[in-house]
Amino acid sequence: MNFEMPNFLPALPEIFILGMACVLLLIDLFLKQQERYLTYLFSLFTLLLVAVLTIYGYGGERLTTFNGTYVADSMSQILKLGVYFAVFVVFVYSKDYLRDRDMFKGEFYMLGLFGMLGMMIMISAHSLLTLYLGLELLSLSMYAMVAMQRGSTKASEAAMKYFVLGAIASGMLLYGMSMIYGATGTLNLDSIASHAATADKTLMAFGLVFLLVGVAFKLGAVPFHMWLPDVYQGAPTAVTLYIGSAPKIAAFALLVRLLGDGLLNLHDQWQSILIILAVLSMAVGNIVAIAQTNLKRMLAYSTISHVGFLLLGILTGTQSGFSSSMFYALTYVLMALGGFGMIMLISRKGFEGDLLDDFKGLNKRSPWYAFMMLILMFSMAGVPPFLGFWAKLAVLQEVIAADMIWLAVVAVVFSIIGVFYYLRVIKLMYFDEPDSEEQLECSTDMRLMISANALMVLGLGLFPGSLMAVCAAAFSAT
Amino acid sequence: MFADWPLLSLVIWTPILGGLAVLSANSESQKTVARGLALLFSILTFVLSIPLYTAFDTSTAAMQFVEGPIAWIPRFNIYYHLGVDGIAMPLILLTSFMTVLVVLAGWEVIKQRVAQYMAAFLIMEGLMIGVFASLDAALFYVYWEAMLIPMFLIIGIWGGPRRVYATLKFFIYTFFGSVFMLVALLYLHFQTGSFLIADFQNYHMGMTPQLLIFLAFLVAFAVKVPMWPVHTWLPDAHVEAPTGGSVILAAIMLKLGAYGFLRFSLPITPDASQELDWLMISLSLIAVVYVGFVALAQEDMKKLIAYSSIAHMGFVTLGFFIAWRIFDNTGSLSGAAMGIEGGIVQMVSHGFISGAMFLCVGVMYDRMHSRQISDYGGVANTMPTFAAFMVLFSMANTGLPGTSGFVGEFMVILSSFKANFWFAFLAATTLILGAAYTLWMVKRVIFGDVANERVAALEDINKREFLILGLLAVVVLLFGLWPAPLLDVMGPTVNNLLQHIMQSKL
Repeated sequence: MNFEMPNFLPALPEIFILGMACVLLLIDLFLKQQERYLTYLFSLFTLLLVAVLTIYGYGGERLTTFNGTYVADSMSQILKLGVYFAVFVVFVYSKDYLRDRDMFKGEFYMLGLFGMLGMMIMISAHSLLTLYLGLELLSLSMYAMVAMQRGSTKASEAAMKYFVLGAIASGMLLYGMSMIYGATGTLNLDSIASHAATADKTLMAFGLVFLLVGVAFKLGAVPFHMWLPDVYQGAPTAVTLYIGSAPKIAAFALLVRLLGDGLLNLHDQWQSILIILAVLSMAVGNIVAIAQTNLKRMLAYSTISHVGFLLLGILTGTQSGFSSSMFYALTYVLMALGGFGMIMLISRKGFEGDLLDDFKGLNKRSPWYAFMMLILMFSMAGVPPFLGFWAKLAVLQEVIAADMIWLAVVAVVFSIIGVFYYLRVIKLMYFDEPDSEEQLECSTDMRLMISANALMVLGLGLFPGSLMAVCAAAFSAT
Repeated sequence: MFADWPLLSLVIWTPILGGLAVLSANSESQKTVARGLALLFSILTFVLSIPLYTAFDTSTAAMQFVEGPIAWIPRFNIYYHLGVDGIAMPLILLTSFMTVLVVLAGWEVIKQRVAQYMAAFLIMEGLMIGVFASLDAALFYVYWEAMLIPMFLIIGIWGGPRRVYATLKFFIYTFFGSVFMLVALLYLHFQTGSFLIADFQNYHMGMTPQLLIFLAFLVAFAVKVPMWPVHTWLPDAHVEAPTGGSVILAAIMLKLGAYGFLRFSLPITPDASQELDWLMISLSLIAVVYVGFVALAQEDMKKLIAYSSIAHMGFVTLGFFIAWRIFDNTGSLSGAAMGIEGGIVQMVSHGFISGAMFLCVGVMYDRMHSRQISDYGGVANTMPTFAAFMVLFSMANTGLPGTSGFVGEFMVILSSFKANFWFAFLAATTLILGAAYTLWMVKRVIFGDVANERVAALEDINKREFLILGLLAVVVLLFGLWPAPLLDVMGPTVNNLLQHIMQSKL
């Protein structure tokens, strides 16, 4: 048996992050608390370097390596850049928050980077096993992050829930994978695709169902969403920001790799499952969000409804449908970063700022940030000219092109319901009087970052062409 | 000299960018700066919009001042593409004219967050003009929806006691209508591969898709017009909105729905429009008659004018949708053209008159802080100049010959005779009903003995208010006595539209 040396180059970003995360762990060990900002700067530096590596290290062609278990294509390049960006923003936003709460420790950055490594592996996975490894690396990092605030019972409860339900989901996913392996005799996604037509139909169908249940758990699609609001609310906001942003990109990649690369032949079967998941998610997410008084919880339900929209593009099973969903995922992450970022902006030491009422009269206290929040909320509601509108338009266009006009109508009806709770935030900021006249206190980098974040939502909303073209190119190449 | 200027873009983006500039004068000490800047930008926009009329070629129905198409979102074939015809151009002028007055009307009245108030109106002006000037459906939709944001804030921040309820109702109602239009537009895009309105208009399709698309458009436009029975947001929004907000709502936003019928429903789905014209005619007549009676019962002046607006907009939709009946009865297009032209004249005229009426109520409200008819009486004794204006605009509202209100109503009633005697009969009841509710209000508010001490203490209008109402009075009389310029502008466009919609697309 001869051993062939695999080509390491396509996986260079992953290898780099693994190395840097370990170096970070070592460096952090020798830093005093007042020097901790070096850890922070080091992680930001790592993210910039890996972005450069990803941009220049990829030639444009589709490469597989490690015996076909790993793939680098233009989709993976763009999604990884999106993930780096999201994690970068998370780190910047959370610095003050963590410092105020005695959580400014190396672990946050170390776990954040390892979680990101998991996402990168999911994005580039080309076999069921790699997918699962990436997903578990991400999940374990996130469980630990949720539990990081050791003194908080709420955070411990959230972490416990997250861990138990997440473990069940992983079990489901693994069970589904084993069935598909049993039916096709392979773990490689390309081989699964070519064997799917001849494989045992019943076994494949069961495998598919378990697979989708697992994925729906991770995504937070209804009816497997129960953990999501509790975890979002219970976790420290910095961690919620992390969980609510970048992993959505990875989850999108997971779905596309599984369903698009591996099981496209079973499209008829998974389409109907996804329709149910999507409609239920949009319904429950939008309706239950109305009743929330906690902004983090409200945004959690809003996430559920956005996941429903995201599924709409994927369920068409076409390349352009995938690219629309990819656009939606990237757009959503940008908006979620801004939304949770605003909570951290108005929070102070000893004041979480996560209640809806905490936003009362923000326009009086700070017109600029009220305007930023207005942009984000209208964008999430899907009102033009903001980016969120184009994401909805792109997805709805694909649904109509797939001849499912009724589904498009259902989607827009739920988005009308959804508009109400976004408007309520704006109502609180603009129409109500503030409870306190206190000025917002936060550092300049946070201020700049959140302004840039919201203005990106506006700017990309005015000129969405380039981002759409990038997403379209990611799928036309393969 | 204006031939190679991008006039339409200038008219759209000057107020929007100007609004952002006004926002920078946000602090308490800079109120005067904010007002001055807002007035400057609104006048500048109005001046820029004048060449649209003077350089307009009245001999053609083609789009003029065309810009683009410039690729905006290549993946969906969305273009930045502007142009106006004889229907859109007068409405753009109406918008830029009314915005100047609204800025003036809010001059001393608005004391809180002046910069934000002025900026909201300027940005909304640009967006509304964008709706009228868009030749690309996606661009149209972006302007159409984005416009809701400033209006939502205007009612919500500077409105009355129930402003939150009113503004949420306004937003959700209109958003509800619009998203169905979005689905229809996406369907048309899927079928034609384009978002250009002209391509939609030339696309042939069967009856079922036409009916569905027509209904989707109907939801969007009927809410905006508003037609009975989806009109209930309007009285609430009007009552709670500040004066400027009411003026813009009545003068321009309602026209957007009617404009949508002309630009989308009629030419894209002519067969469905003909098939369902009974529905449209019935809803229009219900608006004229039933809502007229509702107006009669109002205690609140703003509510009364709001219901009167709904009744007047019923005339507009009636004029649009009787075209087929007239054509079937007379066999010529000229009768049908009169109905549509009458509707458009009514749109423009109602823009001025309803704006003027709301401004009059605003003048009284600023002094008395009440809109209840019963709180007034004998205002003519203390405010003689104001009373003269108020009576003039009320007469125009009832359709007195010599005012612009007469021209449109007369044309619509005249042409509806050619469709069906009973249509004309019911439509003509407005002459009685309109006179009843408007003049009765005038009688109770303006004439009679001085009702109470507060009325006795009223001061007549100042120069600023005189300027606003005087300008409107001139325009109302001008179009009443000499409507020819308006009719000349829209003539070829309306004829072209009629020829287009009389050809079946099946």
